Amino acid sequence: MTAVLSALLPGVLAVVGCAALIRRVDLFSSLVGGAKEGINVSLGILPTLVILFAAIYMLRASGALDMLCDLLSPVASAVGIPAECLPLALIRPFSGSGALALGADIIREAGADSLVGRTAAVMLGSTETTFYVIAVYFGGAGVTKSRHALPAALVADIVGFCAAAMFCRLFFG
Amino acid sequence: MAMSYVWIVFVVAAIVCGALTGRLDAVGSAALEGAAEAVKLTISLAGALCLWNGVLEVMRAAGIDRAIAKAARPLLRRLLPDVADNDEALGAAAANISANLLGLGNAATPTGIRAAKLMAVGDRATDSLCAFVVLNTASIQLIPATVAALRSSLGASSPFDILPATLLSSVCALVAGLAAERLFRRFTREKRL
Repeated sequence: MTAVLSALLPGVLAVVGCAALIRRVDLFSSLVGGAKEGINVSLGILPTLVILFAAIYMLRASGALDMLCDLLSPVASAVGIPAECLPLALIRPFSGSGALALGADIIREAGADSLVGRTAAVMLGSTETTFYVIAVYFGGAGVTKSRHALPAALVADIVGFCAAAMFCRLFFG
Repeated sequence: MAMSYVWIVFVVAAIVCGALTGRLDAVGSAALEGAAEAVKLTISLAGALCLWNGVLEVMRAAGIDRAIAKAARPLLRRLLPDVADNDEALGAAAANISANLLGLGNAATPTGIRAAKLMAVGDRATDSLCAFVVLNTASIQLIPATVAALRSSLGASSPFDILPATLLSSVCALVAGLAAERLFRRFTREKRL
C-alpha cells in the first residue's frame, strides 16, 4: 500500500504526460505554463499566511492554545477527535487560509507523521470552506433563501471531521 | 469580515493568556517569528504547488477534465433530479464536479457559480441546488495535492500516505451530507396557502 502511494505522484506525472502526448498537447510548455500559475497561487496565499501565522504563533506562545485544548478535551474524547485538532474543525468551514495556517501549525507542532499531525491533514483534505462556497454560489445565482443548504453542508463537515479522526486511528493508530 | 473578528480574538486572547501565564515576552517575539515562518512555509510549498499546477494544466490541455465531466453526467442526473432535463445546467455541474475531483481550484468556482445560476429558480434554493452545494462542500478530491505538499514541507516521510483516509472521509461526509439534505428538505419547503 505504502509503495503504491509513494509511486502515486511519479505515476500521475508519467500517465498524464503520456496521455497529453497522445492527444498532441505541447507537454513541456503546458507544464511550464501551469507552474507559472503556481507562482501566482503561492504569492496569493503568502500575505494571508503571514498575518494569520503572526496571530497563531502568539496564541501558541501564550499558552492559550494548550488551555483551549484542555478545555475542549472532554468534547474531543466524546467525538473521537484529538483535542489538538478540534480548533481546526472550528475554523475550517469559515476560512480556507485560516484552516491551512492553523493546520500547518498543528502538523508542525505534533509532527507530520504523528497521529495528530495526520488527523489534521486528513481533516484539511476531506472538507471545504462551507460558508464561502454557499455565499459565493448562491450570491452568484441571486439566491437569497438558502433553505437547508447550510445545515446539510455542516452535517457533511462534522461527519467528515469525525470520519477523518476514525480512519486515521484505524490506519495509523 | 468574519476573519477580522477571528484575528482580533486570537491576538487579544494571546495577550491576556500571556499576561496570566507570565509569557508576554514569548508572545511578543512569537508574532515576528510566525510572520517569518509563514514566508518559509510558503516558499517550501511553492515548489510543490508549481509542479502540481503544471500537471493540472496538462490534464486540462489533454481534455482529461472534460472526460471526467462526461463520466459524471449520469450520476449527476440522479443526484440532481430537478435539472435532469436541463442539459446546459447539467453540463456546468459536471464541469464543476470534474474540477473538484482534480483539485482545479481556479476552474471549480466559476463553473460552480455558472451551474448554480443555471439551476436556480427565483431567489429560493431548490432541493437540487442544496444537493449541489453539499457535493461541493464535501470536497471529493482524487489527489489531495495541497495537503500532501504541506505535509511534505513539514517533514512527512510519505506525504501521500493519508490519501486513503482522506478519500474515505470525503465519501463519508458526502453521503452524510446528501442524506441530511434529503432529510431536511421537507422542513424548509414553502408552505402552500
